[in-house]
Formats: sequence, C-alpha cells, structure tokens
Amino acid sequence: MADVAIVRSIPADAIPHRPNPVWEFIRKEPLGFAGFLVIVLYFVFALGAVWIAPYDPEAVDFTAMLAAPGAEHLFGTDQYGRDVFSRLVYGARTALGVGILSALAGCTIGALIGAASGYFGGRIDNLIQRIVDIMLAFPIIVLAMVVVAVLGKRVVFGIDVNLIAAIALPMIPKMARIARSSTLSIAQMPFIDAARAAGYGHSRIVLRHILPNIIAPYLIMVTAFIAQAILLEASLSFLGLGVTEPTPAWGLMLSGTSADFYKAAPWMILFPGLAITLAVFAFNLFGDSLRDWLDPKMKG
Amino acid sequence: MLGYIIRRLFLVIPTLVGVAVAVFFLIRVMPGDVVVVKLRADGAQVTEETIQAERKRLGLDKPLIVQFTDYMIGLTRFDLGKSLWTGQSVFEEIRIRFPVSLQVAIMATLIAVFIAIPLGTLSAVYRDTWIDYSVRVLAVSGLAIPSFWLGMLIILGLLAFFNWLPKIGYVSIFEDPVANLSALIWPALSVGYRYAAVATRMMRSALLEVMREDYIRTARAKGVYQKLVMRRHALRNAMLPVVTVVGLEFAFLIGGLVVTEQVFNLNGIGKLFVDATARGDFTLIQGLVLLIAVNFILVNSVVDLLYAWLDPRIRLS
Repeated sequence: MADVAIVRSIPADAIPHRPNPVWEFIRKEPLGFAGFLVIVLYFVFALGAVWIAPYDPEAVDFTAMLAAPGAEHLFGTDQYGRDVFSRLVYGARTALGVGILSALAGCTIGALIGAASGYFGGRIDNLIQRIVDIMLAFPIIVLAMVVVAVLGKRVVFGIDVNLIAAIALPMIPKMARIARSSTLSIAQMPFIDAARAAGYGHSRIVLRHILPNIIAPYLIMVTAFIAQAILLEASLSFLGLGVTEPTPAWGLMLSGTSADFYKAAPWMILFPGLAITLAVFAFNLFGDSLRDWLDPKMKG
Repeated sequence: MLGYIIRRLFLVIPTLVGVAVAVFFLIRVMPGDVVVVKLRADGAQVTEETIQAERKRLGLDKPLIVQFTDYMIGLTRFDLGKSLWTGQSVFEEIRIRFPVSLQVAIMATLIAVFIAIPLGTLSAVYRDTWIDYSVRVLAVSGLAIPSFWLGMLIILGLLAFFNWLPKIGYVSIFEDPVANLSALIWPALSVGYRYAAVATRMMRSALLEVMREDYIRTARAKGVYQKLVMRRHALRNAMLPVVTVVGLEFAFLIGGLVVTEQVFNLNGIGKLFVDATARGDFTLIQGLVLLIAVNFILVNSVVDLLYAWLDPRIRLS
C-alpha cells in the first residue's frame, strides 16, 4: 500500500518525458549540427542553382577572360571568361548528385552482400570475405580507376552511370564488412529464431528482419561515404577521368591549370578547392556526430 | 626472432600467388570490354572486324585458361606483358618510374612520422587544452583537404612569396641531392599532410588509452618521474596501433601519388597509372594493380615484424 501512495505522489511534470531528438542532437553535437547547416547550404545551391548563379556556368565570354573577383564576377572568371561563382554553384549539383547516388548505391549493395554473408555463413561467407579482403587491399581511387578503364563512359539521362559505378565500387567492401558484423550479432537474437520457426524464407528474414536492424550503421556509413565520394569524384575529374567539360565540376575546374594561371588568376585555384574542402569537412563533421549519436559503440 | 621472420616470410608466398590470380580475374570479370572502350574512346566508329583483329593481336581471343597460364608463367620471369600503348615491356615501364614515387613515399612517411609522434603525444598529454584543440583542428583539416589542392596551394605560395617554382624533371638524389630534394619535398609535403593527420589522431587516441592502464598508475605510484613513465612505459605501448596506421597508409600512398604527381608533373607510378587508365592500356593497369597489391602485402609483413619487435608477446605465442 505504501508503495502505491508514493507512486501517486509523483507530480505529473516529474515523469521523465522523451526529449525532442532534434534539439537533443543540436545540444549534444553542436559541431555536427554546424556541419549539417553547411550541408543544407550546399543543397540550397544545388537545387536553386538556376536562381542563385548570376551567369550561365557554360557561357564563354572572351571579353572577360581571367577577370579578378569583384562586383561583376564575385569569384572572378576562368580562362574562357566563365564565371567561377556560377560554376561553383552548378558544381554543387554534380558533387552532391554523384556523391549521394554513388554512396547510396555502394552502401546498399554492400549492406545486402554483408547481411547475406553474415546470415548464411559457411562457404558463401568465406568466399565473400576473401573477395572483400582483396578489395580492401587497394586504395579507393585505384579501384575506381580500374573501373573507369574497363567500363569507359556511359551517359544515361545526363548522368555518367559508369562514373557512379566507379565511385560506388570501392565503398561496397567497407559497407559489407560492417553489415556482416552487425548481422552476426543480430542473427543470434530470439526474434530471428521466431521468424524461422514461423516458417519464413531466407529472403524475407534478411530483408524484413535483419536489414531494418542495421539501419543505424548504414546511415552512418552513407554520410561518411558521401564525403569520400565527393573527394573521389573531384580527384577523378581533376585527373580527367571523371566528369568532362563543359559540365561544371569542382575537380574539373582545378584540372589543367598551368603555371601561368597560378600567377594570373589564383582565384581559379582557391575557390574550387575551398568548395571541395568545406563540403568534405561538413559531411565528415556531421557523419562523426551522427555516429556518436546513433551508435556510440562504433566510436574510436 | 630470426625463426619468426623466416616463418612470416614463408607465409607471404601463397598470398602473393592468390593476389596474382585475383588481379587477373578482377580485370576480366568486369562487364566492360577494354578493346571496345579503347578503340571507341573518342566516339570513333570502329567496325567489328577491327575490334576482332585488335583482340587477336592482344591475345584476348584465346580461351581464358590459356591466357591465364601464359600470364602465370610470365609472372615467374617478371614478364608482365607489353604496354598496349607504347609496346614497351610493362616491367620496364614501371621500373623506370619507380624510384621517383618510392622516394616521395619515403619522404612523406618521414614527414608524417616526425610530425605525428610529437604532435599526437602533446595533444594527449595536454588533453582538452588549447594545444590539444589546435592539434585536433590541424588533423581534421588534413582529412578534408584534397592532397592535389594542397599541392596547388603550395605552388601558389612558392610563387607568391618567393616567385620560384620547383623545376620540372627528375634528377636522382645520388647525382644532385639539392636539386632532387628541392623538387621532391613539395609533393612529399602535400601527400604527407593527410598521412600525418591520420597518424596524429591515432597517436593521440592510442596514448590516451595506454595512459589509463594500471601499469602506468603503478609506475607513477612507485615514484618514477613523468618523463620516464611516458618514454619507457606509455609511448612504447602506444606505438603498436601507430605502426599499423603508418604501415597501412604507406601501402595506400599510391592513392595520394596518383593525383599529386599530376600536380607537380612528376613522371612516377601515379602518373603512369593515370595515363594507362586514360588510354585503356589494360596490360599496364594489370601490372600496376599487381605492384600495388604486392606492395600492400610486403608492407603488411614489415608491420607484423615491427609488431613482433615492439611487443615480445607476439613472437612468442
């Protein structure tokens, strides 16, 4: 009886309520939130490029070649008189588009392979893990370059799908490794036994019972990989193996800048590099915070 | 120790064979057709006969098993085939360019180690002070700045402040050390920064972990003074993960060299890889991929040996 009385005496506002997760994230991970705001800014640029960019990013203007930054051209112009700021704004489309598509593709395929590998175990698992080991022995840019060399270029709806494949491929083994280890622990859970006892097939168990439970590491890896994918796309475009002219892309803007331009137009080098660095930095900050927030075990 | 080294080296052989097989299939398993990609690179119209003739010339029309046997027999004589573009032997193409890349890689490693160990240690010892924060900001930036852009900034800085550019063209360090170092230090710095950033972060977290151990507290309780605790008890144990990271990053340095050599116009392995990719020269790509894999395995073995040297428990078990 006494216990009941105590319970009743608790005022209604003392009952712990679940704090709003968004506010909680901002309070606990201010740096991650700052990263998130920068990402939002890039999205605004990418989606609103038509209204934000003052010039056509591909318009050549020989009367304004290598113009210095000023009122006319915020970040100056390049050797063809194209407005650097406009090209950067449109470049956000390329960077985010390629980055997000390839990170999603790589992580999704990787998660499926990893979950299957962990769930089935045995020989399949062994074979997949050996392939993953081999792929992990190469730097991501090397794998991407091999794909570029073998597949060449194929544009579908204005997107080079082979470039996306090249950037997605190196992400697959990393995601597969993480999905596998998460699956191994989930496969031990009673609800998997229950699903099996209910007579569900393998594909239903993997798709409906295991995959939803590895969504946290999946989201963390996707954000981390978008940063890597943006960097990789910029590197490939810089090398002339990625996005090709006249499409505006940050890495491409830095490509082929000879020593003459270093002296005559340093803005051609400074701004695109800053755009890449800031984007990668923002996704890294947000990704790290998301990891600490969703899955503190992965920290370290 | 000697026994351990010999045992460890014997284990490398099957891995090398496995990698050689994997590289062969890695390039052929992809759904593209290198010959078509190469010939139609610029949207050129090429007839089916030309493609078949080229395939025959390259020996790609032979059954896979014959190609594979030729490739494996060739490997035992360091014969990696001929470059599709220059017609030179792939082994020779790689051999001429190897010294530049190796030197930049070694210099970058030295830069990284000499920056990472002191900075990481300072950051851990002065945890949550402004020293720690500055080191961490420096390290996080190192992960976000693309190494090719850093290279361009270095060139920009050299031009702006000294009105000087590093000379193009490679001179061996044994011929003219000054000319050699004044040209290669810049690419080494631009790849070394990222490398140092990764190693600094690892150094910091490894040291923080070790400093929480009981034996550190015991040493302090016995009255051993701080510097000796750090040097003899903490640093040596914290080095294990750092050695791994330094080794792994060394094996992956080719990824940074691919872009940096382009910026500084160095004729090394990285540039060779870019050219081979742009031209669809797949025998050369195959040779380079193999080189990267072999490098990875050898570096890993060296890391294992260093481990055994740093931590006697490993070689005894």
